[in-house]
Amino acid sequence: MEIKKTSLNKLHQSNNAKFVEFAGYEMPIQYSKGIIEEHKFTRSNSGIFDVSHMGQLFIYGDESLTEELEKIFPLDLKNLKQNCSKYSFLMNEDAGIYDDLIITKIEEGYLIILNAACKDKDFEILSNLLGSKFKMNLDSNRSLIAIQGPKSVEILNSIINGVDQLNFMTGNWFDSNNQKLFVTRSGYTGEDGFEISISNDKAEKFVENLIEKGAQLIGLGARDTLRLEAGLCLYGHELDINKTPVEANLRWAISKSRLSNGGFIGSKKIIDQMQDGASQIRVGIKPEGRLIAREKTKIFDDTDTQIGEITSGTFGPSVNGPIAMGYVDKKFSKVDTKIFLEVRGKKHPANVCALPFYKKNYVKGVN
Amino acid sequence: MSEVKFSKEHEWITLEGDVATIGITKHATEMLGDIVFAELPEKGSNVEKDGTAGVVESTKAASDVYTPVSGEVVDTNQAIIDDPSKINEDPEGSAWFFKLKMKDQSEMNSLMNKEEYDKFAKESTS
Repeated sequence: MEIKKTSLNKLHQSNNAKFVEFAGYEMPIQYSKGIIEEHKFTRSNSGIFDVSHMGQLFIYGDESLTEELEKIFPLDLKNLKQNCSKYSFLMNEDAGIYDDLIITKIEEGYLIILNAACKDKDFEILSNLLGSKFKMNLDSNRSLIAIQGPKSVEILNSIINGVDQLNFMTGNWFDSNNQKLFVTRSGYTGEDGFEISISNDKAEKFVENLIEKGAQLIGLGARDTLRLEAGLCLYGHELDINKTPVEANLRWAISKSRLSNGGFIGSKKIIDQMQDGASQIRVGIKPEGRLIAREKTKIFDDTDTQIGEITSGTFGPSVNGPIAMGYVDKKFSKVDTKIFLEVRGKKHPANVCALPFYKKNYVKGVN
Repeated sequence: MSEVKFSKEHEWITLEGDVATIGITKHATEMLGDIVFAELPEKGSNVEKDGTAGVVESTKAASDVYTPVSGEVVDTNQAIIDDPSKINEDPEGSAWFFKLKMKDQSEMNSLMNKEEYDKFAKESTS
């Protein structure tokens, strides 16, 4: 199958991107400055991420759409205000995760942002569940640009006036140069920032404009180190069809009001696990010293019994040390529990730690 | 000091008396990206030509470091263990990896000179 390209591909090339294939797309892993510089620039200034490979699913319908979506997602959508976003999951009957996603209530419907590798299957699953009653559009005519970091609000507001008034996890339509953009204050780096949905033919010009105002293109490599420092899950690593949201330590994303009566796909398993606990749970892990423990590294207790596995591990540039996340048996999940990581045949000490590794405050109270 | 020689695994080597100094090439560091971890062989251990003699990790992945010649490890560079970013800054100078007391100096003969290596590196990238 031919590799897909986003509308920013030429711009990536002219900025000396090193490309990798990701979910069938040719995507920039880094530019000439490298992952660590790009990471630090995002934390201190403003980084631009091409996330156009992700799915933008628009679903339109009347009030019955909300009812139908509540049978799928563990969210209180009836009480979700227009232009407000929630992090959620598409699950199977056993609460195994097909995908994690952001859903925003928009005028006459919902916008759901899906992972690139999952979007086509998600569309199929949702089409089967919702039937033909609602208009569904997995929109490939729109690009998705994230701008993240402390200077992003000033830079973006100079192009799209009014975005500074958005609270974290809210969005709205904006007009800029005679085009309709949907902007949410959100992101996946642990920084304040925005995601902008824009038609493909306007995307390159828009990003060039952001660069002129001082933001810089950042590759998927730094996106990964940023999200890991922020303790955020990546589908295919922390999350997959064999993991539930409770095991992934994402209880906070399940609306409390949905737990008493259930009625969403996977609710029985979720409610059971909320009461009895899950046997394995996702934790943060800090190796002692500088050793990096990557995905699939086996985790042991002090009696050499395997108790889990690393799902993501790298060097955290802002933490200035190695960081990881993984799943361990519940009794080893307390912060400061000593564990051992088997790397290249040797066991190295590490500690379970609180997430995130790196914390900044999101903008909550503009209005 | 002898002429700098290079291996196909992207190590460089110089010889002074019977002691060889070994590191990884600038080209290797450019391929690896930001190096954030280095592991070196133990002093006093013996390493065999083309065998593994350490590990470097970038933000992206781990890579083995090989030794282009055999010998006993007589010194290792603690500075690159303490601050692996030095490897990106000066790979073919102060960021050497280890020194070996060579057993058989004829092992140097099969290695590439600078011109040959540059050509090899260019071809292996494209």
